[in-house]
Amino acid sequence: MASHDTAVAGNTSRPSGRERGTRVRRRRVRAAWIFLTPMLIGLLLVAGWPLMRTFWFSMTDASLSQMGGASFIGLENYLVYDDGWYGVLADSLWWNSVWNTLYFTVVSVGCETVLGIIVALVLNANFRGRTLVRAAMLIPWAIPTIVSAKMWAWMLNDQFGIINHILISLGLIDMPLAWTANADLSMWAVIIVDVWKATPFVALLVLAALQMLPSDCYEAARVDGIHPVRVFFKVTLPLITPALLVAVIFRALDALRVFDVIYVLTSNASSTMTMSVYARQQLVEFQDVGYGSAASTLLFLIIALITVAYLYLGRRQLGGDS
Amino acid sequence: MKLKVLAAGVMMAVAGPAMAAELTISCGAVGAELQLCKEGVQQWEAKTGNTVNVVSTPNSSTERLSLYQQILNAQSSDIDVMQIDIVWPGMLGSHLVDLRKYLPKNATDGFFDTLIDSNTVDGRLVAMPWFTDAGVLYYRKDLLEKYDAEVPETWTALTDTATRIQQAERDGGKGGMWGYVFQGSAYEGLTVNALEWIASFGGGTIVDDEGEVTVNNPQAAKALTLASTWVNTISPPGVLNYTEEEARGVFQSGNAVFMRNWPYAWSLAQADASDIKDKVGVTQLPKGGNDGQHAAGLGGWNLAVSRYSDHPELAAQLVAFLTSPEEQKRRALEGAYNPTIAALYKDQDVLKAAPFFGTLYTTFTSAVARPSAVTRDKYPRVSNAFFNTVHKVLSGQTTAEQGLEALEGDLDRVKRRRW
Repeated sequence: MASHDTAVAGNTSRPSGRERGTRVRRRRVRAAWIFLTPMLIGLLLVAGWPLMRTFWFSMTDASLSQMGGASFIGLENYLVYDDGWYGVLADSLWWNSVWNTLYFTVVSVGCETVLGIIVALVLNANFRGRTLVRAAMLIPWAIPTIVSAKMWAWMLNDQFGIINHILISLGLIDMPLAWTANADLSMWAVIIVDVWKATPFVALLVLAALQMLPSDCYEAARVDGIHPVRVFFKVTLPLITPALLVAVIFRALDALRVFDVIYVLTSNASSTMTMSVYARQQLVEFQDVGYGSAASTLLFLIIALITVAYLYLGRRQLGGDS
Repeated sequence: MKLKVLAAGVMMAVAGPAMAAELTISCGAVGAELQLCKEGVQQWEAKTGNTVNVVSTPNSSTERLSLYQQILNAQSSDIDVMQIDIVWPGMLGSHLVDLRKYLPKNATDGFFDTLIDSNTVDGRLVAMPWFTDAGVLYYRKDLLEKYDAEVPETWTALTDTATRIQQAERDGGKGGMWGYVFQGSAYEGLTVNALEWIASFGGGTIVDDEGEVTVNNPQAAKALTLASTWVNTISPPGVLNYTEEEARGVFQSGNAVFMRNWPYAWSLAQADASDIKDKVGVTQLPKGGNDGQHAAGLGGWNLAVSRYSDHPELAAQLVAFLTSPEEQKRRALEGAYNPTIAALYKDQDVLKAAPFFGTLYTTFTSAVARPSAVTRDKYPRVSNAFFNTVHKVLSGQTTAEQGLEALEGDLDRVKRRRW
């Protein structure tokens, strides 16, 4: 933002007023810094400091019951050879959690994006009671995750859950399924609940983008008699892509550090354990602050890496036309 | 905001001794626990004029432990009296006060010595036993009679009887009938259940008293292999996510022949609203085989006072009141909570309310303890590795032999980083 402003200032200054231009520019840079400082300090305090502290703890043998008596042990929490490899990086459960997290993220965000676009297209059409439907659509997103996850846990219950009841009434299954207990099903149960909850969010962002689309493209398409499906892929989709990319990164960041929905539905079960669940278990349940911090640090690094890669790949769409 | 809090704090500190204090106690909420706790607390309030807030805690003991650890590690004075599990004193002991400092010398007279011992850490009495627990087998008297079956003595007999009755009941139109329900979710309760199976087959207690990992043995594999055949045959597939209350839900609505649970389920099954009132029997858990033994997992809850409490002395008095013989008798009568005082097992009123207290007396006094004493603060890891392995075996992701071998490796890894 700041560099953009100063660039404009530099371009508009006439050659004769070069000195004045630099002065204005300098003043603007200074103003920008003054405005940015509170935010930077805030960021350092609420994000930088805990991050550094976690990183430091990851190189100690601190335990939750005695945080004071920790001693420095280098990278032993990450990886150490002592008659066999030990540490987070040598723990198959950790890699299982990484895989679960990535799987969960790709599948749930993928479903949310497709469903979100469909819902937004429907809501963008003119029909009676549209406002009501728009408000109703937001309900899943408005319910706190803990509440909706618990609600789904009851609905998915194998003995008295309504989902099994419906499926049996429809004749799709003849025995109730143990959605949250069966290792093959539990990941899908978690994904279903997350998709239910987060689709409205994607739909909302896409709907906002849809409402800003210029109508002339559509008129031209109609005059030319283009099929609506073709119009969607050739006109609508490219135009809403920037908004879609923003929605996807928001969702992906949420999904990569997912904890609540999984913990409520399946607790610490290894078939759905994500990186956050793994880190919490080490930190809180096992009281191993050093080891848990190592897992948290790796979690941070993995998310940072994915985010940077995503922003780099999507830079053309996200950063405007510069 | 901060100033206000500070001002309030100063005012309280000044006025503290003159006015009645406010305490907070955390109680479990399994079955009728919370109700009984509130009633007991109300009596104390009426007697002493202090106020006590009762907070309920998660039903899963694994989650309850996490909650306590967070509160205690933050040195928070939010909770004065905590209901803690029999396996926690070693882990939480340093955050709890020595009750001997506040209670009279004879405070522990008449209590079971074993319970007082397990609540004593480095010579400090960190908690008073409130009720003890041991796994028992609930069975449907009416169904066993109807199909002319005996109360099973071995797990194999239980499997056969459950299969037979379940099939017959389903053929008779009761499609939702299951043979056996237990606690199979991946949490502390599964550790107790599986420990009972393994110990009844003579397979030891995961880690022995010397701290050696003993879990990888043929008897343990035999026990787990048998248990894995239950899921989806005599036990609903959802049993892999059942804790105490889910199991009781299925049994009490009349949909299971057998259930493994703690004694608390008795008074609820016998309540007027219960579908199976007067149709329930309680006995000891089956033996592993004809040469096996009856093994009941030791459970039980104790009351401790947080070191960070503002009123440790009053809190200790509340603990003494709640664990007194009168209060324990009331809890035994109304909720079938096992007293921790030997004399109450000879009390006629108690025996009338819960007859199995008398018949299963030895089960309660000789229950099998989890290896928490020897593994100390690594116990959560040990238990976690154990119940996850058992969960995998039950859900068919691995065989008992492979699972136990991997578990042995995992536990050895944990052990290397000091028990």
